[in-house]
Amino acid sequence: MSFELAVKTEQLSRVFETKKREITALNRVDLEIPTGELFGLLGPNGAGKTTLIKILTTLLAPSGGRASVAGVDVAENPWEVRRHISMVSGGESSGYGLLTVEENLWMFTQFYGINGKTARARIRELLEIVGLADRAKTKIYHLSTGMRQKMNFVRGFLTNPEILFLDEPTLGLDVQTARTLRAFIKDWVGKGLDKTVLLTTHYMQEAEELCGRVAIIHDGRVLACDTPGNLKKRLQGEVVFRLQVTAIASPEKLLEDLRGVRRFSHEEINGGTELNLILDDEKALPPILTAIQQSRGELISLEKSSPTLEDVFISMVGRGLREGYDNEGTADGEPR
Amino acid sequence: MSYPSRWEIFWRTVVGRAYPRIIGTQRERSWLFFETFLPLLQVSAFVFVYRAIQAPPEFTGFVVLGGAMMAYWLNVLWSMAAQFYWEKETGNLELYIVAPTSLMAILLGMAIGGMVATTVRALAVIALGLLIFQIEVSIVSVPQLLGVFLLTLLALYGMGMLFSSLFLRYGRQASHLSNLLQEPVFLMSGFYFPVRALGFAAALGASVIPITLGLDAMRQLLFPAMMAQFRFLDVEIELGVLAVLAIVFLWLARRALSHMEELSRKDGRLTIRGQ
Repeated sequence: MSFELAVKTEQLSRVFETKKREITALNRVDLEIPTGELFGLLGPNGAGKTTLIKILTTLLAPSGGRASVAGVDVAENPWEVRRHISMVSGGESSGYGLLTVEENLWMFTQFYGINGKTARARIRELLEIVGLADRAKTKIYHLSTGMRQKMNFVRGFLTNPEILFLDEPTLGLDVQTARTLRAFIKDWVGKGLDKTVLLTTHYMQEAEELCGRVAIIHDGRVLACDTPGNLKKRLQGEVVFRLQVTAIASPEKLLEDLRGVRRFSHEEINGGTELNLILDDEKALPPILTAIQQSRGELISLEKSSPTLEDVFISMVGRGLREGYDNEGTADGEPR
Repeated sequence: MSYPSRWEIFWRTVVGRAYPRIIGTQRERSWLFFETFLPLLQVSAFVFVYRAIQAPPEFTGFVVLGGAMMAYWLNVLWSMAAQFYWEKETGNLELYIVAPTSLMAILLGMAIGGMVATTVRALAVIALGLLIFQIEVSIVSVPQLLGVFLLTLLALYGMGMLFSSLFLRYGRQASHLSNLLQEPVFLMSGFYFPVRALGFAAALGASVIPITLGLDAMRQLLFPAMMAQFRFLDVEIELGVLAVLAIVFLWLARRALSHMEELSRKDGRLTIRGQ
């Protein structure tokens, strides 16, 4: 079956009703993902990424709008959609501990009607690729988190899906395992077999490395959707600095009245504070350094850098991707 | 790209989901000891009570048969009714739904796997019971006995399949519900005595649990002389009711599953991990 658009959403909305209030998880989202694309969805926790994936994988019904996967409406014909897709989530603990890796994987292939011979051949091949072949006979309750996630990955690819949904797939993994899995995804899409991947992540580096296009999602709305290169071009008129300083009590207060600070984010790292600053120009920097000194902070390092996707995100949303809601930081709430 | 037919996916799913249950018994052999030895202790207590009051020897057989069938009831409660809730918490349920398979096939696989694994335990209880307590049986009709046994299991696991959707709605309360149903059914279904002793009305009410009629019919077919005075209904009637119960429970299970899936897609909580 061929379809030009692997995923299409039109004014897609999802509202969750609780006893006290309504929460809009997705707000009129329009997306088009052509077949063969590795598409990234970037956003912090609670942005609506997982809700979007749940709708596209038929786990949730939309409250409004439409969504189609492989040319099939997800609300009208979920079963048909399921023939084309697979899903892997970060931190998954699926499967049965008493079964071995290969037994668990075989079991999941049966839910897709794959015959035993084909299933076993694919399991062997994929376990080899992710470096888990020597654990094929290990019961999964003996696996480490990284190994378990590798097994989940294999499960997702085993059915040879046309469209794969990866929801924070490298969450909590060590650097080496995450790298192996990223290489695997890239290779799978790169083979030119019209495979499509929708990846959600809050790791900027992952999105930059893998995705042809990226949508930035926040509070259920898509704020921008373009190639990583084009998104970064939006910050060309601005200057980005990264400062490491000794711990500052309240970076918001320190920076709120300073001229030329468009946006900033901060993160506590190793007892110090890392500030990401997007400034109108370089002239805005000296007053910031003075303010840091006056608040008894010491400058550890200062780096002028090219804009990254993280900076794009900060400039649009007003906070870093990894920040919690309680320490978000903008100079005045909106861009100056 | 060619896809397997719905039927092929269905039966492969049944086999795939039955596998962990069957293989699980092999992997954890200690379960066999605990699930055979401990029920046998429980059965022994009732056997000695009957012996102490000089009840007819057939009563020992009633108890051993009840003890063996108890394994199925526990399996239905803890490994069928409460199972979808556990599957939801591990994230398996999401993957079942995302796969192009039927949840009925998943449940059927769980049921068949559970039946096979539990039959090993039930047979062990019966074999040891017969051996230790020297019970004599006189089988009236082997085909009828097999028919009653299979229909009882079909109806019972059909009920378990129905409960699995219902219990999912109650989330963390699922284990309380299982506890709530466990002991009362031991009493109401007459696991240790002929159910007629409860009175006709109570026995009729308890007949909604398939094991009640199943046990009564099997006792009639194994201990005909003694059961002549204790039987609740004729075996033929009990067979008919069991067949109806099996059909009704399986139909209701299918309806409940569709309803549960639809509801979960609407409210976003039922099938999604951590909700």
